[in-house]
Amino acid sequence: MSVEAMYQDIILEHYKAKHHSGLREPYQAQVAHVNPTCGDEVLLRVALDGDRVTDVSYEGVGCSISQASTSVMSDLVIGKSVEEALALHAEFTEMMHSMGSAEPDEDRLEDAVAFVGVAQFPARVKCALLGWSAFKDAAAQALASNGAGEEQQ
Amino acid sequence: MPEPLRALKLTEPLLAPVTDGYDVERIREDFPILRRTVGRWPLVYLDSANTSQKPVQVVDALEDHYLQHNANVARAMHTLGGEATEAFEGARAKVADFIGAAGPQEIVFTKNATEALNLVAHSLGGRLSAGDEIVISVLEHHSNIVPWQLLAQRTGAVLRWFDITPDGRLDLEAAAAHHLINERTRIVSVAWVSNVLGTVNPIPEIAAMAHRVGAHVVVDGSQGVPQLPTDVAALGADLMAFTGHKMLGPTGIGVLWGRYELLDTLPPFLAGGEMIEVVRLSGSTFAPPPRRFEAGTPPIAQAVGLGAAIDYLNGIGMANVAAHEQRITAYALSRLSAIDGVGIIGPKTAVDRGGAISFTLATADGLEVHPHDVMQLLDSHGIAVRGGHHCARPLHERVGIGASSRASGYLYTTLAEIDALADGLVYVRDFFGGKR
Repeated sequence: MSVEAMYQDIILEHYKAKHHSGLREPYQAQVAHVNPTCGDEVLLRVALDGDRVTDVSYEGVGCSISQASTSVMSDLVIGKSVEEALALHAEFTEMMHSMGSAEPDEDRLEDAVAFVGVAQFPARVKCALLGWSAFKDAAAQALASNGAGEEQQ
Repeated sequence: MPEPLRALKLTEPLLAPVTDGYDVERIREDFPILRRTVGRWPLVYLDSANTSQKPVQVVDALEDHYLQHNANVARAMHTLGGEATEAFEGARAKVADFIGAAGPQEIVFTKNATEALNLVAHSLGGRLSAGDEIVISVLEHHSNIVPWQLLAQRTGAVLRWFDITPDGRLDLEAAAAHHLINERTRIVSVAWVSNVLGTVNPIPEIAAMAHRVGAHVVVDGSQGVPQLPTDVAALGADLMAFTGHKMLGPTGIGVLWGRYELLDTLPPFLAGGEMIEVVRLSGSTFAPPPRRFEAGTPPIAQAVGLGAAIDYLNGIGMANVAAHEQRITAYALSRLSAIDGVGIIGPKTAVDRGGAISFTLATADGLEVHPHDVMQLLDSHGIAVRGGHHCARPLHERVGIGASSRASGYLYTTLAEIDALADGLVYVRDFFGGKR
């Protein structure tokens, strides 16, 4: 597969559009994740209502792959339960570690299937995972803070 | 997929005719890797500031050492031990001669420049106390920042830094106005040549400023020694770190040069075998420099390989290497700055400038193409550059960008390779600019 083909139109469109970008209130958890070798950074917030993801907002700097992946991820997980969202995280991560051999379920991963080609370029896999890893971290913290809040009541 | 762009088209005349007899094609014959392809494209290796390629003479020297002379040094008394020791110490003498040191006793072998700088931060830095000041610059590589940050944390010393001017040179005027170097300054540690901007810093001037207040001067020579004729006495520094793998040598070998009178006063850094004089369980005494700083079995074959690299560089002549670097850099600056969307970071002329050229790239509609994407698409055309912050994040923050792309040639780089880069950047720009 050529590099040109790796840069699917879906990826370039998300890179330019950056769905759900910008930092918004309210949120229960905010995390900063970086890719130390290249300097890609994302600051990401998760808002929950019970166990439902009501918002993911972020600011980031980085390559087209990391920015587009974060955009696609936010489209996918907003409105889902944390459990569903983390299941998508697991599926996406598995796809990215497949060296491009995975046959992802487009009904579930939607635009994220465009990243299957990126999985053939090991140096870029961490770019595609940056936003997803930040979401997983923030969702876990948000759940924990919700739990702590309930215990205090 | 587009057709290869490598059909050589010299769209501009050479900036300066080659009058010194430099035969880059002859030199390239010594570097087999330069004949390989990446996919169906010939390799265009423009990442030499990251690590240089190796001539067959260096690889042969490593092989000959391992296959014919391998033994431990100093402690092995048999014939092979003698041969290995002679080769290892011979390499030390070559390094000393190459940089104009007073003698091999001033050359400490480390595993890389980073270890050499850490050695200095520990052994020289151990003298510091709260309120003392360490001065670096905003353009340093992380290896000349973080050891000093940790030293400041350990001792309570204060870390300060030179800023840069808009054209990417150290701002000596601002430094003087802010009394950056003053009676509290104990150590000044700066790069000779910036690995991002390419700037050649005025080390003799900085050393004079530092010595006037009694501070020691440390130089990170990692990008300078491979490119420029080096005379440590003329630089005026007290200590200098550099690495073998950026100057045609193997990885795993670095050098700390120090004025012997200073080295002799420094305590050990790493402790163990070979750095001692007498060991008793109640306490030990230490060997004189350089062995005091070379605990354990050193990188023997790597030192031999570095010696072969120095022979190779001397065979070409460092003045010729520097002249070629100037030629390539001037040509690259002119080609790249003529491309709409390319923004060069650092000096735009090849004056007092090394070979690293960092830049940003924007499409016609103003989209900044991220250096990772630049790197990836160039790589798909066989062109190897580096994209990221090049271990100099504070510098990128200072110039207001997250990352940059960097092209860096060396003694084997051709003008045609610069043309390939220029054509490649136009392709990358238009790919992301939607002209597909």
